[in-house]
Amino acid sequence: MASIDIRNVRKNFGIVSVLHGVDLSIKNGEFVVLVGPSGCGKSTLLRMIAGLEEVTEGEIRIDGKRVNERAPKDRDIAMVFQSYALYPHMNVAENMSYGLRIRKAAREKITAAVSNAARKLELQPLLARRPKALSGGQRQRVAMGRAIVRQPKAFLFDEPLSNLDARLREQMRAEIKKLHRDLGATSIYVTHDQIEAMTLADRIVAMHEGVVQQVGSPLELYDRPANLFVAGFIGSPAMNFLSARYEVSGETAGARLPDGTLIALSSAYQLEEGAAVTLGIRPEHVEMSPASEGSLRATVDLIEPTGFGIILHLGLHGLPFNVFTLDRAALTAGPTVTVAFPPQHLHLFDETGKRALESSLQKGKG
Amino acid sequence: MVDWKDGQLERKRQLKVFDATAGFPESRRQSLVDRITRHAEPYLYTAPALILIVTIMLAPLVLGLSYAFRDVHLLNPFSGGYVGLDHFRTLYDDDNFYRALRNTLWWTGASVFLQFVFGLILALLLDRPFAGRAVAQALVFLPWAVPTFLTGLNWAWLFNPVIGPLPHWLYALGLMSEPANILSNPQFAMWGPIIANVWWGIPFFAITLLAALQAIPRDLYEAAAIDGAGAIRRFTSITLPFLAPTIAITVLLRTVWISNFADLIIVMTSGGPADRTQIVASYIFTQAFRALDFGYASAIALVLLVLLLAYSMLIVMLRQVLMDRA
Amino acid sequence: MNSYSIFGTALHRLAILCYVVFALFPLFWLLKVSVTPNDLLYSEGVRMWPSRMSFEHFRFVLVHSAFPVFFRNSMIVAGATAVIVTLLASLSGYALSRFTFRGKYWLVALMLLTQMFPLVMLVAPIFKMLSPLGLTNSLTGLVVVYTAFNIPFATFLMQSFFDGIPKELEEAAKIDGATQFMAFRQIILPLTLPGIAATLGFVFTAAWSELLFALMLISGNSAATFPVGLLTFVSKFSVDFGQMMAAGVLALIPACLFFLFIQRYLVQGLTAGAVKG
Repeated sequence: MASIDIRNVRKNFGIVSVLHGVDLSIKNGEFVVLVGPSGCGKSTLLRMIAGLEEVTEGEIRIDGKRVNERAPKDRDIAMVFQSYALYPHMNVAENMSYGLRIRKAAREKITAAVSNAARKLELQPLLARRPKALSGGQRQRVAMGRAIVRQPKAFLFDEPLSNLDARLREQMRAEIKKLHRDLGATSIYVTHDQIEAMTLADRIVAMHEGVVQQVGSPLELYDRPANLFVAGFIGSPAMNFLSARYEVSGETAGARLPDGTLIALSSAYQLEEGAAVTLGIRPEHVEMSPASEGSLRATVDLIEPTGFGIILHLGLHGLPFNVFTLDRAALTAGPTVTVAFPPQHLHLFDETGKRALESSLQKGKG
Repeated sequence: MVDWKDGQLERKRQLKVFDATAGFPESRRQSLVDRITRHAEPYLYTAPALILIVTIMLAPLVLGLSYAFRDVHLLNPFSGGYVGLDHFRTLYDDDNFYRALRNTLWWTGASVFLQFVFGLILALLLDRPFAGRAVAQALVFLPWAVPTFLTGLNWAWLFNPVIGPLPHWLYALGLMSEPANILSNPQFAMWGPIIANVWWGIPFFAITLLAALQAIPRDLYEAAAIDGAGAIRRFTSITLPFLAPTIAITVLLRTVWISNFADLIIVMTSGGPADRTQIVASYIFTQAFRALDFGYASAIALVLLVLLLAYSMLIVMLRQVLMDRA
Repeated sequence: MNSYSIFGTALHRLAILCYVVFALFPLFWLLKVSVTPNDLLYSEGVRMWPSRMSFEHFRFVLVHSAFPVFFRNSMIVAGATAVIVTLLASLSGYALSRFTFRGKYWLVALMLLTQMFPLVMLVAPIFKMLSPLGLTNSLTGLVVVYTAFNIPFATFLMQSFFDGIPKELEEAAKIDGATQFMAFRQIILPLTLPGIAATLGFVFTAAWSELLFALMLISGNSAATFPVGLLTFVSKFSVDFGQMMAAGVLALIPACLFFLFIQRYLVQGLTAGAVKG
């Protein structure tokens, strides 16, 4: 087990720059998830930690030792690939023991490690099979088994679940979490799926266009997204955004929508009067209420029952706007509904898309 | 929660501390060796092949090209002096060369065209599953395994009225007034090597095109069929566009290769009768090994090489233009 | 619709049959003449099969001529060339498939160039280079020359097979603790066995068939290969068709066996390469 430090790491492919200076410290035993849309550089970063890509600039340290120039084999890490990358000409036991065999481990030790891992992953009946004869979920387990037999310093996961169907994915997600709880090994997990990120991570690193957007616990990212990207990426259905202007009158701050409606805010912000802002609210935080001050009328475009709740696709002055509610009455909603925004659930972003800072004069509860 | 900007600053400060403590001399040295081997690796893998190609092909090629400007007769110990462009002046007035050039066009054009057409048909036939396909495929590809000189001999025998059935069949069909050898008929002699070449070369096209056909996703055909496209429409709108890159590159390579391919002609007709089947490649062979004039042979070869390079470049450029437009 | 498809199927089978007949007939004729006794050769010239079979031609070729020597020489040359070329081409093909490195473009260009000129041009220079080394009139010399000639195409062929194997496999191996070369040898090569078979077969057939350099670099029977032997046979016994064709049938056997064994891998390998376009 080990700590991993990433210092101002950059990556260029030719003249194309895909990582623009990433800093990240991963503590011993931590489960860190790199999340972001495809092309954000998360996989490249993971492959650089693994030693599969060269570091253009900056430094990667494992347990305090610089590893930039080290071959993957000398980094003592394990990786689970999206395609599993099982060796087709070896059976399950051979696949799992390959790493130990080339390290010339003692035979008894190999057998013990393999049977131990097989028991953990319920692979014992499959040990003699070739990968071709396994189902997708079984292959996934073998890939995990191959990683754990060696007891490496750290586990790297590159979208390991994206080739599985939804049900299996949920099941494996739970198993990975359990495995991490049992082994306590430092893990870095790359995914584009924000639910995987939320459920697995001790800390999430949200990335976009080669830049780290925010680092924090899942709930921090959910409750206080640092910018528009994180706000829109974390949460499903995605957060709604409305452009507005910031206004302060006396003790109360508000955001004025283009149609003139003033939305009350829970606190004041370090913003100029009249500054252009983006107002964000998650669909699950929107209230459907009888008309009152600050409420808005919206047309109902589409009603999507998910079983657990209902997603309403609304039109707010022609812009799409989603509401998630557990109230089944929404199934029979008329052609228009009234929505209201509880101030404590509003997010305010400044012109550059960054989260607006609350004013020190009048601190809200955040 | 760490604020975005503050975090950056904080980390920068940490970085300095980090650098100060850095320095593991032995691991640095280790990694330098590692790095050198890693950078040398591709060259280590390619070196044996490269060395062989350079010494056994490139060096002799350069030497051979230099012969084009020298007087090189194999059995004449006094030869070897530089003659400048003399060989090329001779070549400029050499009617035999121009005839050989025309014959090369005819030989190459007909061979490539027929190999391609029959190869494509064969590939399409084999792309469809049927009982015994594996056996049929092995059998129709077999001619490619036959050594070229043996192909030449074999077809020469088939055309020979003494021993082969072809003249008798042609006579029976009324295409010949008597069972004669087509290879000694100045008007039709070229068809002998061409037919042998087509027989031998169909498998190459069929194998390549079959491989390309099998790489076309099947669901494309299903989608097109659902959209109501007929068999011919599916062929022109899916198969051909998908095959086009393979066709272009295969035809290019084969054209160059067949222009240089003199074995069949040398074995079957030696360029005769009356030089009617003499192509540039066989003319080079004749100059080199019958006249023993290596200087002149190299000059002709140089001209052929330049022509083929120009042709290849033209095709590559044409392909680029077509792909840009698509 | 149904009668149309039956008709289509029949047409398809018929077309396949035509190809098979066209491909096999010349070989069949070779075999037929080789087993026809001399006295029936002319009287039964166009019969599909002689009324009486005889193996006298084969016996003559095997017992009274130098063919067993030619056969052995060709086996050595073609076998050694095939093994060496496959070994070297798998290394260089792997490099082309997996590495980006300075000069790669020029290497590919050089290999393409070697496919563009008439090899006849090289005969005199190669002869001049090899004779001081004592490599003319030797099987080793032939192996060296054939190896160089076949490496470019074999490299491209092997490259297309390697391209068909996912990169993650050797990445996984490297993370498991393997060096690049170990990953190549233990993971990638075993998965490329069909490609290796195809390349072996292709090079073997090419080396088995080569005539020009065998003719020019070898004089005398002791180091002559099959094609040279067959050609001297033709000029020496140009009237004895039966014996020539018996020799021809013998020359065909190894190449055809090899080819029948590998031809389906050839299609596979090119499929992998064709995806790139």
